[in-house]
Amino acid sequence: MIEATGLRKQYGDFTAVDGIDFAIEPGEAFGFLGPNGAGKSTTMRMIAATSTRSAGDLRVLGFDPETHGPEVRAQLGIVPQADQLDEELRVVDNLIVYGRYFGLPLDYVKRRSEELLEFAQLTEKRTARVDGLSGGMKRRLTIARGLINAPKAMLLDEPTTGLDPQARHVLWDRLFRLKEEGTTLVLTTHYMDEAEQLCDRLVVIDKGTIVAEGSPAALIREYSTREVLEVRFGSARNGQAAEAMAGIGQRIEVLPDRVLVYDHDGEAAMSAVHERGLSPITSLVRRSSLEDVFLRLTGRSLIE
Amino acid sequence: MSESMPTRTLADAGGVDHGAVARRSRTWGWWFVAEHRIRAMRSYVFSWVGLGIGEPFLYIVGLGFGLGMLVDANQGEQGVDGVPYIVFVAPALALAAAMQTAAQENTYGVFGGFKWFPMFFSMGGTPISAAHIVLGFQLSVLVRVLLPLTAFAIVMMVLQLGTAGGALVLIGIGLLLATAFGFAVMSWVSTQTDDRGQLSFIERFVVVPLTLFSGTYFPLETLPLLLQWIGWISPLWHAVELGRTALYGAAIEPAMLLVHVGYLVAIALLCCLLSIRTFRKRLDR
Repeated sequence: MIEATGLRKQYGDFTAVDGIDFAIEPGEAFGFLGPNGAGKSTTMRMIAATSTRSAGDLRVLGFDPETHGPEVRAQLGIVPQADQLDEELRVVDNLIVYGRYFGLPLDYVKRRSEELLEFAQLTEKRTARVDGLSGGMKRRLTIARGLINAPKAMLLDEPTTGLDPQARHVLWDRLFRLKEEGTTLVLTTHYMDEAEQLCDRLVVIDKGTIVAEGSPAALIREYSTREVLEVRFGSARNGQAAEAMAGIGQRIEVLPDRVLVYDHDGEAAMSAVHERGLSPITSLVRRSSLEDVFLRLTGRSLIE
Repeated sequence: MSESMPTRTLADAGGVDHGAVARRSRTWGWWFVAEHRIRAMRSYVFSWVGLGIGEPFLYIVGLGFGLGMLVDANQGEQGVDGVPYIVFVAPALALAAAMQTAAQENTYGVFGGFKWFPMFFSMGGTPISAAHIVLGFQLSVLVRVLLPLTAFAIVMMVLQLGTAGGALVLIGIGLLLATAFGFAVMSWVSTQTDDRGQLSFIERFVVVPLTLFSGTYFPLETLPLLLQWIGWISPLWHAVELGRTALYGAAIEPAMLLVHVGYLVAIALLCCLLSIRTFRKRLDR
């Protein structure tokens, strides 16, 4: 339902999106995973027909966003990175005025607003002014707002960035419900846990290009080992210790604050480290995550 | 839109005809934008009504009667422009208020819409186009401007300044002035991305000087020729000339009638197009 080939966005000399291809199927939860500045939000804006592409082809729900902006936007639910709510209006009025932008009849918009407030767990706040809401509540209101026009696909730009862990879980729960109902979700995130929880399929995007594509599990299988051993020797000694650990596991990655040993058996790697007479300050065996995939693909962490 | 819209599922509920949504937005988007702004005004309406009625009364009574006594004593029978000072100054005060309100709304409303409460960006995510945002915003400003204009008209009718019909026509002239000046302010403010204090320039260095040098408090001809050009380029002067003719039949050449109306319409159109261009650019990120 959304298809891009060679999609490009140029701002002067800077190439934000450098010729990417992807296709999103109906009912799918599709993610763009990458660090800040990778070109995720720009891509989302091009899909949402609010940013004109510099080159390439793009079809969104049957239309070219460049020539049929209103037709594309009529079918989409947008959750921008900044909530962009009207802070002076009451919670329910935010939904009503937004619904009216789509030219939906007032009685329909009012009815649907109540329903969406319930979904967003904001019914008790319906007459509160928006500027008094917590960050998580504003985010849920923005998602409710995006649903007002019964969209064929929801575009969520960093849905949980800046929220505390509890608020994130509430939000994930709501998004999961949408996903269960079969809503097509397109989201960007720089949190690998979010991508793993919500996305059926994702592309890893870095410096405007796609560096890998697949389901979270497949990406981990392809680009990482089952387990990872994390050892810390103190920032001054990590490099030296890593040299002494050479040959342990399948691959060793040195980060400023820790050394990562990739191996299918993390405990075995740990024993090998101790056998070489090394005694890390802390050590931890965990399962591989998309963070490791990203590190492998780009040599950098997702969150600097 | 059918009455039996199913509301069972949250997204993709079916029933919303997205093609019709797009078509309606292409035609009526400007109205949906204005509707939002008018809805937001409801929380201010009481303070506005208070100010809107109180201010005209104070101005007309204070300037018209107070200063008027002095002026009329000096001028004798001939008055100013053939009428008592209070009648001369009243339409200009009403129009200056319309200009000032339009300037304020377009300064802080437009800058804020991009920056403080980025409404324009959230509107941009809906089927509504940049042109509709520009038009709808200005329409909502006119609704806002209608308040002081009506209040002035009522005060004029109560004090029997000029004709009642003239006071009503004055409202229309005030709306035309607000449209022209509003779009002019919008076309500049929309190009400003950072507030380094320059926003207050409009009030201090444009609105106030124009009010002082547009033949508002005294006929433009009393100014030295060197300063009269300020009046000629000032939308307020053109509107005030029309307003005086409407209220008390001030003599005017038919050709000048066209010039005044034409000037205001031309500024409105030009600045509207410039604003649309800027909005389109800023919303396409």
